[in-house]
Amino acid sequence: MSAALSADVRPARKPREGAFDGVIILVVVLALWQGVHLYAGESAIASPLATLTFLAEFLRTPVFWGHFGATMAAFGYAVAISSVLGVVLGLVLGVRRFAGDVAEPILAGLYSIPKVTLYPMILLIFGLGMSAKVAFGVIHGVVPIVLFTMNAVKNVSPVLLRTARAMRLSQPETIRTVLAPAVLPEMITGLRVGFSLTLLGVLIGEMFASQRGLGFLIVNGINLHNVRMTTGMIVAVIAFALIANGLLLSLDRRFGRTPGGGSRAA
Amino acid sequence: MAVVHNLAAARGVPPAPVATLRGVTRVYDGERRVEALGPIDLDLAEGEFFAVVGPSGCGKSTLLDVLSGLSRPTSGSITFEGRPVEGEVPDGVGVVFQEDASFAWLTVRDNVAFGLRRAGVDAAEIARRVDYAVGFMGLADFAAAYPAQLSGGMRQRVCIARTLVMRPRLILLDEPFGALDQQTRLLMGDELLRLWRETGATVLLITHALDEAAMLSDRVGVMSARPGRFIDLVETGWPRDRDSRIVSESRFGALTGRLWSNLREESLRAMGSKGAAA
Repeated sequence: MSAALSADVRPARKPREGAFDGVIILVVVLALWQGVHLYAGESAIASPLATLTFLAEFLRTPVFWGHFGATMAAFGYAVAISSVLGVVLGLVLGVRRFAGDVAEPILAGLYSIPKVTLYPMILLIFGLGMSAKVAFGVIHGVVPIVLFTMNAVKNVSPVLLRTARAMRLSQPETIRTVLAPAVLPEMITGLRVGFSLTLLGVLIGEMFASQRGLGFLIVNGINLHNVRMTTGMIVAVIAFALIANGLLLSLDRRFGRTPGGGSRAA
Repeated sequence: MAVVHNLAAARGVPPAPVATLRGVTRVYDGERRVEALGPIDLDLAEGEFFAVVGPSGCGKSTLLDVLSGLSRPTSGSITFEGRPVEGEVPDGVGVVFQEDASFAWLTVRDNVAFGLRRAGVDAAEIARRVDYAVGFMGLADFAAAYPAQLSGGMRQRVCIARTLVMRPRLILLDEPFGALDQQTRLLMGDELLRLWRETGATVLLITHALDEAAMLSDRVGVMSARPGRFIDLVETGWPRDRDSRIVSESRFGALTGRLWSNLREESLRAMGSKGAAA
């Protein structure tokens, strides 16, 4: 029987190997970037060197941090709203099976709408500025969080709830000690997906109707033929998204995945 | 309770049964009314190992559900240690399910300690009892592992240890080895016998494996096709310190044969009604 296990079979890789992979990816990305720059020309995309030189300067100015702060504020509000709304709705729809069954196709339908077409409407409702960006971010992020949370609750194995009853757990105890930890991994995955989409929504919002934020700087760079600004801000957004995703992934590894089990599908 | 037993024993009366079922039925009212169980009458004697076999879909698991208090019978009465069982699992009853019910987010140790922590037992006592249960089920080397790192048999051991640690006086097992391979099942059967002997608990084991029932139990209840009723109660007559090696005894073959001759008709009926339903 003991042959059936080796106590620690995590697919752990040596950290140095991971760092090496990172270097390779970085080199490949820089090479591709340089290649596209050479092919498309200075007027479409700045070279890596020029962009990084520009960023090194621009990141030291308060102008950048003002716009960065505006994006962060909108993103922060949007993430907070879509997480709370998404988790609460998801839990309710997961527990109320019938409501969940009714809501699921509707949500999936909503999710498949190209949301950018709704943006004019959002602008008319919320006006130019912060609230429109936040609303657009929430529209992008909330649905996956609801769907992931709802399915997490639905997928809880009935035998776990029967076990809770056999152990004479009260309903609040069952929710706290059995249901919540059973639901957590999928919920965190949903939050991770929701975070990225919320950021997408906020940035799109900034690109089309805003005077503040990184999305505005990207479009403004295009309008003013400031290619370095556009390329530089794209790099800044990508860097932010990668760092945020990395942090969430580590959170996912820490709390999200079934301990000792392999990874879960995202 | 113990006093009553002693009194009864002193008068030469057999001790009161641990659990009784009287005229127990269970009917599922849905689009189609399904009579799942009964009527069932059964007395479980203190410390006996009782196995239930029956054709698939005969209501074996329903029997466990109503006896444990996980669901209410449609009619009839159930008692545990003299008190009625009504829609709630009584203190002193432990249940082990067929499906993996280990908590994936807890280590083996924390899984086993779960019920004791909830009951507010003090830390030293928890450590002592968990160590014992973990060791008893052969999990000592894996105490810090998570269920996902264990095989199916080991996970079922975790569930048994988690039940055992609460010191139940009646242990109900619903095909706990159903998903395991034959060799593992025989070994787990030995573990179960050892557990039964050392704890002195009364055990009711639901199984579809005739050999398992014949090997493990003092008495086997053979159930009919749905609605499940006992059509035969077979006394095995094994000594208390038996183990899986009794499969080589000729009486083991005879016992298994008797169970099958009882069940063959019922299994055919069960298959037939399933075919008709489909």
